Amino acid sequence: MEDLRFQHRVRARAGGTRQSAIVGVVASGNLEVLVERVLPDAECALDIKTAAIGFGEVWTAVIGDFVERYSPGGLRFSINDGGARPDTVSLRLAQAVRSIAENGQ
Amino acid sequence: MTAPLKDITPAERARSTSFYEASARTRLDLLLDAGSFVEFIGPEQREVSPHLKIFDLPEQFDDGIVVGRGRLDGAPVFVAAQEGRFMGGAFGEVHGAKLTGLLRAARQVASIPVLILFDTGGVRLQEANAGELAIAEIMRAVMEARAAGVKIIGLIGGRSGCYGGGGLIAGCCSALAVSEPGRIAVSGPEVIETNRGVEEFDSRDRALVWRTMGGKHRRLLGAADVFVDDNVQDFREAALELLGLVGPFGLDSLKAEQERLADRLRRYGACFDAVDIWTAEGIAHAETVPELPADQFIALADRIGRTSRDAR
Repeated sequence: MEDLRFQHRVRARAGGTRQSAIVGVVASGNLEVLVERVLPDAECALDIKTAAIGFGEVWTAVIGDFVERYSPGGLRFSINDGGARPDTVSLRLAQAVRSIAENGQ
Repeated sequence: MTAPLKDITPAERARSTSFYEASARTRLDLLLDAGSFVEFIGPEQREVSPHLKIFDLPEQFDDGIVVGRGRLDGAPVFVAAQEGRFMGGAFGEVHGAKLTGLLRAARQVASIPVLILFDTGGVRLQEANAGELAIAEIMRAVMEARAAGVKIIGLIGGRSGCYGGGGLIAGCCSALAVSEPGRIAVSGPEVIETNRGVEEFDSRDRALVWRTMGGKHRRLLGAADVFVDDNVQDFREAALELLGLVGPFGLDSLKAEQERLADRLRRYGACFDAVDIWTAEGIAHAETVPELPADQFIALADRIGRTSRDAR
């Protein structure tokens, strides 16, 4: 297993009022993303535990693109990865932002 | 153009969602009354397995089982749903403890039934002793809750089926609903082949696996009380039906169940294949049973008969 951590300054706070959401499953080629609204509005953080070692550069690119596109201010993402491809990671991150952007608990 | 999702009623969405394909969380969302689910020990509490990191294996924040409470047609229920895609839905220490705790809570409350959405290959062998103990604790908790008057319904239709200790726990429930892809057994196909040889059981013969362990055979044998089509709404309706049918539990029902099982062994013990059993039950052209669509099979199964209500 390899642990990776990313912190970004972002333009704007993520929408919605939900405090947390979870998407995905830890399975081969899949991942789960737990997202929590626990940070100041201009920050976001991602903690990744991955079964695939040595892909830090790919994660850096995928997450840089995601933060630029979605501006997930105030959110902390905790990821358990079962060796998902970059496109699956992007999809789950987008689903996580959409889930927590709903109104509710 | 397809209609936007919000124009579809929850029942329509549940009807069009395959139970087999859905995740544990989606199954609960669509099975229960809309918006009624409240999770206990949710993923944000990060109660992960203490064992998997020793094997350098990835963890899941809910350890592969979602437990909580919700409402079914307005009435409160406790629920547990296993995620069959995380490590085959297998029982580890935390996974098992969450189900044990739910069942003990149900025993204490005594008036609220429990739905268990099984999807498991059995014990997670990386945490074998803790997993085996969990199975024993859960079986005890099921029986103690039933003795306190709690109805416990098992719903089986996931990709991992209901195997190993999961099959034992299912056997302890008040009633079971199963779909065709849901399989119920203790030893799985590969386990039998490994231990007894390919002549005994060819695990790659999918037709053999399904007619020996699949939902249709379990329904015809009386192991499952209701057979449903593979969608979440049918499972919801089956759960409601079974909650209305389950009778009181006690020594008399256990004795009746023992007699039912002994009688089954007397009648079918010498049969070589499931088709022989179906033929012995009086089904004409029994070899066609695996191909029957769900509605035709349900009509056939209803003609053949049901599990006696005074057993289990």
